[in-house]
Amino acid sequence: MSIQVENLVHIYDKGMPSEQIALDNISFTCEDGQMVGIIGHTGSGKSTLLQHLNGLLKPHSGRVIVGDVDITQPGVPMVQIRRKIGLVFQYPEYQLFEETVAKDVAFGPKNLGLDEEEIEERVREAIELVGLDYEEIKDRSPFDLSGGQKRRVAIAGVVAMRPEVLILDEPTAGLDPKAHQDVLKMVREVHERTGNITILVSHNMGDIAEMSDKVVVIDSGHLVAVGTPYEVFSKKEELRRVGLELPPITQFTEKLREKGIGIDSTILDVDTAAMQIAQYLKKEK
Amino acid sequence: MIRDITLGQYFPGDSVIHRLDPRVKIIATLMFIIELFIVDNFIGFAIAAICLGLVIAVSKVPLSFILRGLKPILIILMFTFALNIFMVDGRILWQWGFLKITAEGLRLAVFMAIRLVLLLMGSSMLTLCTRPLSLTDGIERLLAPLKKIGVPAHEIAMMMTIALRFIPTLLEETDKIMKAQQARGADFETGNLIQKAKALIPILVPLFVSAFRIAQDLAMAMEARCYRGGDNRTRMHEMKLKGRDYVAVLLLIVFLAVIIIETRLF
Repeated sequence: MSIQVENLVHIYDKGMPSEQIALDNISFTCEDGQMVGIIGHTGSGKSTLLQHLNGLLKPHSGRVIVGDVDITQPGVPMVQIRRKIGLVFQYPEYQLFEETVAKDVAFGPKNLGLDEEEIEERVREAIELVGLDYEEIKDRSPFDLSGGQKRRVAIAGVVAMRPEVLILDEPTAGLDPKAHQDVLKMVREVHERTGNITILVSHNMGDIAEMSDKVVVIDSGHLVAVGTPYEVFSKKEELRRVGLELPPITQFTEKLREKGIGIDSTILDVDTAAMQIAQYLKKEK
Repeated sequence: MIRDITLGQYFPGDSVIHRLDPRVKIIATLMFIIELFIVDNFIGFAIAAICLGLVIAVSKVPLSFILRGLKPILIILMFTFALNIFMVDGRILWQWGFLKITAEGLRLAVFMAIRLVLLLMGSSMLTLCTRPLSLTDGIERLLAPLKKIGVPAHEIAMMMTIALRFIPTLLEETDKIMKAQQARGADFETGNLIQKAKALIPILVPLFVSAFRIAQDLAMAMEARCYRGGDNRTRMHEMKLKGRDYVAVLLLIVFLAVIIIETRLF
């Protein structure tokens, strides 16, 4: 399973004074098992891009090829596409509607037309996968849960469909630091357990740098950079030009280098930074 | 699909029509509507249509955009048309079983259809060329004299402002929720009526929850800024009639006179 995005163009309100090019010639690919991070400011076209990946929006030109199917072609059954690609929207807790958590998580699998037993098994699995206690939570109303729990339940609702590609649009938006870390940890666990493509959208550089195998940077509809986190975050000037900062730890090590401390140029995680600084200190002695 | 609804939508522009005082535009629209009901022949409609056409041309709102707003009332239009054409007695033109078309019926049907279309196009011009906020300001000012007999003019205007303000927000919210549920495999298009109605539950429940949340947040924000109703509130932009407004009123009076004379004559 892979996703290929080729020369994607999308224009909002075509023909109106408010016409706006949301995506301008975007191309990149996602390979099996990759964790792909998409970064960009609010309004950069991230969410628009995601909605093309599972066929909710149709591009004005360009192609999106999922596996071996071009989903931008008319007549492709969307139900099939959505079965393969699970999309978790921003603030997914606002889509909860059922009386109980279990019923809500079962909504997706039910729409796939599975039988009762299969649904129950998937619901249990999904709820446990997002780090909640199935027995404890299944009969509670989703509206009585805490913010972080609601978000997990909503993500479980998509995970329960067992998509081959899981897309999360800012899964940590509006959460407190603890819940933020928990949700990211959960995303990583789900990714490792399923071994599928996971696409993570965020404007938190640190999270993206630490988690992804591949980074896609977009700014006002344009593709700014694609590559491994190391490649992308090495292009400091380009990132700054579009108003994006480096991850905090990279900024820190940059400052150290400016002061003449001999460590590698682009360091993306705290552990590596710590090791390098330790080595440097030993050498100095 | 949801974006197709034009009634109550603003089309950004900077034409004379856009810049007219909202009070003038509201009164002009009311007059235009009353006019459509005074008119009893096709020449009158032709005059009204030409005037409306001129207003549309000056406003620079694309005609296709206004016509798109007519789509939702197409069914009502066809229904009235069919009702009139078959139900009116008179000189029979065509008959098949109990269905008959009469000359009078045909005339009335066309008449009503034109009236409805002009009515809708005319009133949507008001909302297309006036920012919702200035529209409600205009309404508030026009209702102000009624305050003396206990009409809560400010409250009505504020309620309308809020309602108008949140139409796009709620539409956006609906769109978002629909997409989210579609991403979970929900199907809103196929199935019979009951299945379709049931398919709406996953949209309506979150939508209501959102609406209450938004309302609560708004109430809190208003209270935090000491909102206590209309008393002693001053405005940043005072409404004042300008030269172009007097010209518009003059043109409106001419239009009124022409229509009244025309209906008397023919």
